[in-house]
Amino acid sequence: MNFKLKDIGPQLMTVIAVVLVFGFFTYNAQVNMENRGIDFGYGFLSQESSFDVQFSLIEYDGSHSYFRAYLVGLLNTILVSVIGIFLATILGVLVGIARLSPNYLINKFAAFYVEFFRNIPLLLQIFFWYFAALRALPLPQDAEAMFGISFLTIKGLFVPAFIWENFNIFFYSIVAAIVAIIVIRYRAKKLQETIGKQTPVLLISIGLLFILPLLSFLIGGVRLSFEIPVLKQLATTSFIYEGGVSLPPELIALALSLSLYTATFIAECVRAGIQGVGKGQKEAAASIGLTQNQVLKLVVMPQALRIIIPPTTNQYLNLTKNSSLAAAIAYPDLVLVFAGTALMQTGKAIEIVSITMFTYLSLSISISLFMNWYNNKIAITEK
Amino acid sequence: MFKYLKQLTSLVAMVAVLFTFTTESMAAKKSKTLKNTQKKGFVRCGVSQGLPGFSNADAAGNWTGVDVDVCRAVAAAVLGDANKVKFTPLSAKERFTALTSGEIDILSRNTTWTLSRDADIGLTFVGVNFYDGQGFMVRKSSGITSTSQFKNGISACTNIGTTTELNMRDFFNSRGISYEPVAFEKADEVVAAYDAGRCDTYTTDKSGLAAQRTKMKNPDEHIVLPETISKEPLGPVVRQGDAVWEDIVRWSLNTMIEAEEYGITSANADSMKTSENPQIKRLVGAEGEMGAAFGLDNEWNLRIIKQVGNYGESYKRNIADTGILPDRGPNQLWTKGGILYVPPSR
Repeated sequence: MNFKLKDIGPQLMTVIAVVLVFGFFTYNAQVNMENRGIDFGYGFLSQESSFDVQFSLIEYDGSHSYFRAYLVGLLNTILVSVIGIFLATILGVLVGIARLSPNYLINKFAAFYVEFFRNIPLLLQIFFWYFAALRALPLPQDAEAMFGISFLTIKGLFVPAFIWENFNIFFYSIVAAIVAIIVIRYRAKKLQETIGKQTPVLLISIGLLFILPLLSFLIGGVRLSFEIPVLKQLATTSFIYEGGVSLPPELIALALSLSLYTATFIAECVRAGIQGVGKGQKEAAASIGLTQNQVLKLVVMPQALRIIIPPTTNQYLNLTKNSSLAAAIAYPDLVLVFAGTALMQTGKAIEIVSITMFTYLSLSISISLFMNWYNNKIAITEK
Repeated sequence: MFKYLKQLTSLVAMVAVLFTFTTESMAAKKSKTLKNTQKKGFVRCGVSQGLPGFSNADAAGNWTGVDVDVCRAVAAAVLGDANKVKFTPLSAKERFTALTSGEIDILSRNTTWTLSRDADIGLTFVGVNFYDGQGFMVRKSSGITSTSQFKNGISACTNIGTTTELNMRDFFNSRGISYEPVAFEKADEVVAAYDAGRCDTYTTDKSGLAAQRTKMKNPDEHIVLPETISKEPLGPVVRQGDAVWEDIVRWSLNTMIEAEEYGITSANADSMKTSENPQIKRLVGAEGEMGAAFGLDNEWNLRIIKQVGNYGESYKRNIADTGILPDRGPNQLWTKGGILYVPPSR
């Protein structure tokens, strides 16, 4: 134990400062809550919530507990984030590549899209897609059928519901196809490394993904039928579709605005990544006889991804956190259901806000851990 | 090293405890909120984000409404000037936190008095300045004239964080009707979505429906259904733990209502000082020591009546003359067939 004060002094001061600040706030909150007769505790989570939620992925109504309401909100947040991340990634990659296109029109159009959407505050865009687009949509009774079976109306998108028979067999056939694809890819790589033989992996993969599920229909006894939404009259001028699946317009508007906004940033990450790969790399690859596609797939992308992934992770985190703007347009996410209605009904501000903050923290850390894992996986492995 | 750390923290904690106790015991003697308000020179009042008739700001930022008048009355009583109020617009969700955290001192924001709110969350309701009930608004063209015509699958727009959400569930559940609740954080968005056709019905307190109807594109296309599905006594709220402040707000409201009962208006208040009726004289500060218990002078109630007016004047100015609810309904004095009845100032 031969510490020098000079070494540990600053650290110690910092620790004391942090403890004091936290201690002060906790103590202060305790005293104030006691003075105002507010109890602290998480017991309310098991109480009956007695409010309904518009849209839920799990079975829920007001007779369930506040904890269940929390889960409903959390799942809705995850749902819109996953949809948003998925769409934003696809759109972002496309636009990022388009920005490097030698075609003047495509190039400028992509540049315009990026500059336009990333420079307008997200909340305004959400309001725009919700209120402007909402007003433009037809009432249920005026809606034109899309492909004869789906209806996009002011009350939401109504699509047919899938009714499966022997769904588990269909599910296993897809799992089997995926396992087979992994094995084939592995074998193909081995073959190429040992005897240099090329296998059309992509074609085989797509084939497998089609043929196995198809077989499950033909010989596995899987049946699929559709429940098509039907117009129902509620009152003289008030209609709704019954049956099928309905996606609320709030979800559509939110997912759309989140992905359109975030895609602009991802596009810039992608452009930076591709431009970050040295020109010499491409020329060298071409000079040893690789085709254009091979250059992109084997030389440019593996190097570009390393530049693209870390800032894109940031965008995924942003999108997830921005999804809390849902409260503005009545999409029942975690903030609206739990930090909104539940907070109001129980008055447990500190408890509910702490749970909500912890939840967003966990979500963000999970995304970032996954992306770090992926980043490490594609990092240069020194031989 | 860590031994000292522990001692240091306990020392700091002890000092903090001592400090808190001394300030607390001083505050107990006189109202802390009253003292702070007089020091600042304005009353901090939480209101809605815009509900015509109750609390609504015009283009110049002047707030009017019956809820606003409660805060103005307190300012007139405590500071001598009904205009010395700082209004904080709050959403339904934010309102209680703003009050308990000390950001505002009165919450006068069409807030329903319920047991759980009064008991649980560190609040005290001081009275009722508007008796309301929840209702439904529908488009006239829908042909619906009664809630009995509601069918499964109806979508209802409303605000989050209100008793409305709970009443709505009770209402639809007890009738076995499945419904789609679409709940927004702000009233303006509820109106916009309902107006656009997102929902078949818009539900909130009937006074709110009447007020919001005036904001619609074509107010005449909408009707409020006759049924009232709940009791919504709306009133001002204060923080728990400051009994003097609570009394000041309660009796400021009571003064306005009682002044109407005795026919004292902003115009005749001064002349009422020479009235023969001792009850009237007490209400205009000409008899008794009615302000001493609050730490106020004797003319606090006279100032309220002169500067803000009695309840009837406030109602007429804000709700009746603006065409929101010309009929006072239950919000009429008990002597005239309503249920407004306040304890006597004596």
